[in-house]
Amino acid sequence: MTRYVIRRLLQSIPLLFVVSLILFVLLNNIGDPLTMMGGRNPTRPEDRERLARQLGLDQPILMQYVYWLVGNDWTMIDVDGDGEPETPGRRKGVLRGDFGISILTRGKPALDIIWERIPNTLLLMIPAQIVILVLGLGVGIYSALRQYSWVDNAVTTLSFVGFSMPIFLIALLSIYLFSVLFQRWGLPYLPANGMFDPQVGKTAAQIAKHMILPIFAIAFIDVARYSRYVRSAMLEVMSQDYIRTAKAKGLRRVTIIMVHALRNASLPIITLVGLDLPFLLAGAVVTERIFAWPGMGRLFLDHLERSDGAVVMGIVILLAVAVILSQILTDIVYAVFDPRIRYD
Amino acid sequence: MKQDPALLNVHDLQVRFHTPEGTIYAVNGISFHIAEGEAVAVVGESGSGKSVCMMSLLGLIPIPPGEIVSGTAVFLERDLLKLPEKELELVRGRDIGMIFQDPMTSLNPVLTLGRQLTEALVRHFNLTAEEARNRAIELLQLVGIPDAASRLGNYPHQFSGGMRQRVMIAMMLACNPKLLIADEPTTALDVTIQAQIVELVQEIRAKLRMSLIWITHDLGVVAGLADRVLVMYGGTIVEEADVESLYERPQHPYTLALLAALPRVHQRRQSRLKAIPGAPPHLILELTGCPFAPRCEFVRDRCWRERPLLQPVSPTQKTACFVNPHTGEERA
Repeated sequence: MTRYVIRRLLQSIPLLFVVSLILFVLLNNIGDPLTMMGGRNPTRPEDRERLARQLGLDQPILMQYVYWLVGNDWTMIDVDGDGEPETPGRRKGVLRGDFGISILTRGKPALDIIWERIPNTLLLMIPAQIVILVLGLGVGIYSALRQYSWVDNAVTTLSFVGFSMPIFLIALLSIYLFSVLFQRWGLPYLPANGMFDPQVGKTAAQIAKHMILPIFAIAFIDVARYSRYVRSAMLEVMSQDYIRTAKAKGLRRVTIIMVHALRNASLPIITLVGLDLPFLLAGAVVTERIFAWPGMGRLFLDHLERSDGAVVMGIVILLAVAVILSQILTDIVYAVFDPRIRYD
Repeated sequence: MKQDPALLNVHDLQVRFHTPEGTIYAVNGISFHIAEGEAVAVVGESGSGKSVCMMSLLGLIPIPPGEIVSGTAVFLERDLLKLPEKELELVRGRDIGMIFQDPMTSLNPVLTLGRQLTEALVRHFNLTAEEARNRAIELLQLVGIPDAASRLGNYPHQFSGGMRQRVMIAMMLACNPKLLIADEPTTALDVTIQAQIVELVQEIRAKLRMSLIWITHDLGVVAGLADRVLVMYGGTIVEEADVESLYERPQHPYTLALLAALPRVHQRRQSRLKAIPGAPPHLILELTGCPFAPRCEFVRDRCWRERPLLQPVSPTQKTACFVNPHTGEERA
């Protein structure tokens, strides 16, 4: 097992190189960061030239990638534009933990900006994932055990609605109902944006209150998705011979379901959770935007819009690592749950 | 037939399945009994209702689509068919054990053997983990699994088919049941392993003095195993006899045909096995006459209209047929 994990980790290194190169080239073509640098006025041509040289944007794309990866402190760069490289480079490169500086914030290290957002993102996404898992499992198991009952049919209908609804619609509808209409009706209403009310301050109660609607919007679709998977996995398992054996032993129904059936039905669910794990870090782009939640998804959009390459690259590389790690983690958990699987 | 105190007494059991294609008449009025310590074989081809009949006694058929239309099954003075689920749970595994056909799929793949062996003990006798573990080791030794203690932590996939069936038997013997129902336990195994399992069950039965119902479609297996045989066809019992009578003088045309279909060691190599013409009945139609009539060489007009009931023809034998197949005459 240890050998397997080490091998997988080693294999992921070349993968990350390829992924980062492709992303770097793609992101280089999304827009021109210099256009934004003049503030209200368009950047002047002479400033453009100077800035491009200072930021290394005048270099060929592969050279830029090399600088991004290993830095440029080993060489001289030409800052004044006389064709003579004379100033020593100061970038250390991603391999030494320097993701470059954010253009948008004028000089803040990209990594710091990303790092600041991680707690906010996890604060929103981990509870959301827990809600999704608990409700998805509960609803899925219940409707599998009562197949074709009215509850099952109602759940099926509702999950198709949830499944086919775009998330922004759910988000906006929930704001309209729980914030706008509830306020109009004089009911206790929920806040629709931000993490806390600035007049009250950043208290735990405030944050919890502000989390409700975004979590609802994120969870709605995924509960629908998970419950369908859980339902079909449970249905398949419940018709297996070993469930009949467990019954023939006189075990309680709850033992049969929670131990004999669920252990087997959880295998496909593990794969599903593994695929969703990276989103804990990635945040929810649309939901965070609508609810003005200062998380990773919003950070990504804000910096992508202004072509802030360092931050955007930082986020996507972080996510690439998260995807790889969660796949390895999924494989490990899978082996723990299914003794038939051995990696060697 | 001598009347031992019956351990299980089934009367007029009828089971149906309501499917989208129509109602399946799976078991059509079956009555039998089994005495304490007795071994009964239930013989019949696939779809004759053998398994459904036994599973319905333990509440193991899914309801719906299944439905137990009528019948009683008195076991230790209680009617199993009327017991509430909670009480039936306490009968299953403790008083009546059941072994299934396919050992490859009948064990839970993700739980250890130890867990699967001990859970019935914990459930029924409230044993501690330690006591249950010791009992599990004892059971594995009883069914002939070497090095039992170290194998408790193993998973089913680490065992061969024959070994798994031994484990399955051990699991169902855990609580010393009074009755063991074995539903074609050797069908999925190869012939040498089959013989071993049959021998093992015989041995254990003698040791523990329990009753046995052995469901099979293989008349060859029956001889060494059972005291009495029930022959099933189309969801009914067509003949009931002790083993000697059945082999010496079968009284139902179906039994006769079955025995004729058995391969003989001394048969000429080239001679073809004798098959029964036609196919077993689709149980989607309600029986009006004898279920075997379409394939029977002794068929009479009344066989199509009237269902023959199981009648004694000798002290040790009953048959459900209007005709004596040895004389070709109708019975009185």
